[in-house]
Amino acid sequence: MTRKMTGAKMIVQALIDQGVDTIFGYPGGAVLPIYDEVFQQNSIKHVLVRHEQGAVHAAEGYARSTGKPGVVLVTSGPGATNAVTGLTDALLDSIPLVVLTGQVPTFMIGSDAFQEADTVGITRPCTKHNWLVKDTDKLAGVLHEAFHVATSGRPGPVLVDIPKDVQFATGQYEPKKPSVSHYQPPVKGDMAAITELVEAIESAKRPVFYTGGGVINSGPAASQLLRELVEATGFPITSTLMGLGCYPASGDKWLGMLGMHGLYEANMAMHDCDLMINVGARFDDRITGVVDMFSPKSKKAHIDIDPSSINKIIRVDIPIVGDVGHVLEDMLKIWKSRGRKTNSEAVAKWWKKINEWRSIDCLKFEQKGKIIKPQYALSRLEALTKKYDRYICTEVGQHQMWAAQYLNFEDPNRWMTSGGLGTMGYGFPASIGVQMAHPDALVINVAGEASWLMNMQEMGTAMQYGLPVKQFILNNERLGMVRQWQELLHGERYSQSWSESLPDFVKLAEAFGAKGILCSDPDDLDDAIMEMLTYNGPVIFDCLVEKHENCFPMIPSGKAHNDMMLAGVDTQGVIDAKGSVLV
Amino acid sequence: MSPLKIKKGSTSHSAYNLRPNFSDVIERHTLAVLVENEPGVLARVIGLFSGRGYNIDSLTVAEVDHTGHLSRITIVTSGTPQVIEQIKAQLGRIVPVHEVHDLTVEGPSVERELAMFKVSGTGDKRVEALRLADIFRANVVDSTLETFVFEITGAPEKIDAFAELMRPLGLKDVARTGVAALPRGD
Repeated sequence: MTRKMTGAKMIVQALIDQGVDTIFGYPGGAVLPIYDEVFQQNSIKHVLVRHEQGAVHAAEGYARSTGKPGVVLVTSGPGATNAVTGLTDALLDSIPLVVLTGQVPTFMIGSDAFQEADTVGITRPCTKHNWLVKDTDKLAGVLHEAFHVATSGRPGPVLVDIPKDVQFATGQYEPKKPSVSHYQPPVKGDMAAITELVEAIESAKRPVFYTGGGVINSGPAASQLLRELVEATGFPITSTLMGLGCYPASGDKWLGMLGMHGLYEANMAMHDCDLMINVGARFDDRITGVVDMFSPKSKKAHIDIDPSSINKIIRVDIPIVGDVGHVLEDMLKIWKSRGRKTNSEAVAKWWKKINEWRSIDCLKFEQKGKIIKPQYALSRLEALTKKYDRYICTEVGQHQMWAAQYLNFEDPNRWMTSGGLGTMGYGFPASIGVQMAHPDALVINVAGEASWLMNMQEMGTAMQYGLPVKQFILNNERLGMVRQWQELLHGERYSQSWSESLPDFVKLAEAFGAKGILCSDPDDLDDAIMEMLTYNGPVIFDCLVEKHENCFPMIPSGKAHNDMMLAGVDTQGVIDAKGSVLV
Repeated sequence: MSPLKIKKGSTSHSAYNLRPNFSDVIERHTLAVLVENEPGVLARVIGLFSGRGYNIDSLTVAEVDHTGHLSRITIVTSGTPQVIEQIKAQLGRIVPVHEVHDLTVEGPSVERELAMFKVSGTGDKRVEALRLADIFRANVVDSTLETFVFEITGAPEKIDAFAELMRPLGLKDVARTGVAALPRGD
């Protein structure tokens, strides 16, 4: 059944038909007809952000924590250009988003009209696909297709640009129906390749699962299958930053995160393994280090839904194009039917080796003196919040790596961070999106003060919607990661990497009507964290930490996985002289 | 923590030290890409090449199926085998792209290009130009007392050869369509 309605009404109707309950946006001239329709309905909640970048990151947080696409509504020109960073972030981390932008009327396109920008041109390289709709009759079809494209295959952001006259005009509404477009990425992997991988699993002596965000994107069932496979084979498992939570951190096969600031045992296992099973990860440069020296002795299998990820950076022996969940299901079936074989004797020896690496305890730190170590702050946050229904967001930098190292994730969709693009200012708006989706959960944004300031205007949003997001700021008054690189690689010349005029975060919180907590003494930390957790409302927690703490372990660029730097001066004596450049 | 010992001017401490040890032999491939003829589709294809640093040696595009609104883009590109594989995979994931064919590896194919040459001259040179055009089966499509415009169709190498011969005879202007290609047989 089709119905006649205005373009603006169609947009709201299409969102309702797609099951959308929340949109993030900011009004403006070119979207006024849509906002008029938003006003006249109660099915969809609209969250008014304070900057369009915040809207996109909030939608990312919503999407990442629910598995549903996030929806954004912004105006033309600056509204659209402000969304570009968020779109690029979502593209690199494969987050499904549907972004609706207003556009000047069709007859004014190209005339340099007020608030006109070539939105589809600007966003073409930072979306999975985009559309400019010039005909109201086609609008509903495009909107439904937009949801289909955003969520099929490798997920990603899409954008629909809608001129104002198209919003006003009346046309036929096409209801949602199964997509008939040619875009139907296959989800099933090639059975011959899967069987080849099963054979490799049966004989592997030093196997490792290398998992990534693709497991999370595939849905909770994929994480479940992965857990079953790991437990059944007894193989060790590591994960990228984006994949944290796909296997529980409390599981005994868990090696921790790998990569530039990954755990020693994880990186060593990657380097020395004889079978690497990449499940939904993409051999990012933060993972591989120097590619020539990346895991030289291993046979590599790669499960990825995106054919362009295969052999892009690392040549693999067993490529499997398909959805992680489907491929793991087939893999388990074949492996079980062939008698559940592994080379358990060799794998036991492999675990002995791994346990030797583990015994180095690469995340060890010592909290002494009256200055809070960032690692200590996060260890206490972990200890005091792990029994909560908890979601963690982060900004980008040292605190992000420490959060990945010291917080434990038991389930998928609990960890929202900007991995590929490394967008400072991501975490705070993302935490707003997560809290909208999970009103009763504990949502914490682990932040650095510099990142946090990049989107601090969203305090207004948190207050307006009563979102009790906890902003846990590790304040070192530095751009910590930049400073660390300057220390290690640029002769300790700290060019522009500190801030001389930081705000008083407690007063800042109070100015917005939120709660501010300052903590500078390790002895007060637990009480202060408890105060944050028990306060029913947004909190800015200003945790003053050691200013020149470095984030270790670290694979210095230009080095291989087995060439890690472990913790610095304080722990050097404990590890011994060879410690800092262990082979 | 002491600073890492890195030679001044060295690039080995770049954060993007990505030089995979793949084959570095440059190959030339002709790709046929079937796309939905919707606004911006050519920009998507070209943007992919410029954004990811791939080469376009030649590109032709026209709608080939008016009822199905399908266009055929023929791209001649060059790169290492790994880059060619990436180009094909990247093209394949553009949403309005239906099919990607590598005519260079998918069996024998025929390639043709159309070109127009304006040659200006008098006396012997003018006669010689006309004689060579005849040998190359180029047609005269326009003539004045001083100029000819030749139309020539053939493989790109043949057109290159004809251009070389015309240059000393007063070659003024060249327009080339770029390569169109189809696989041979079934």
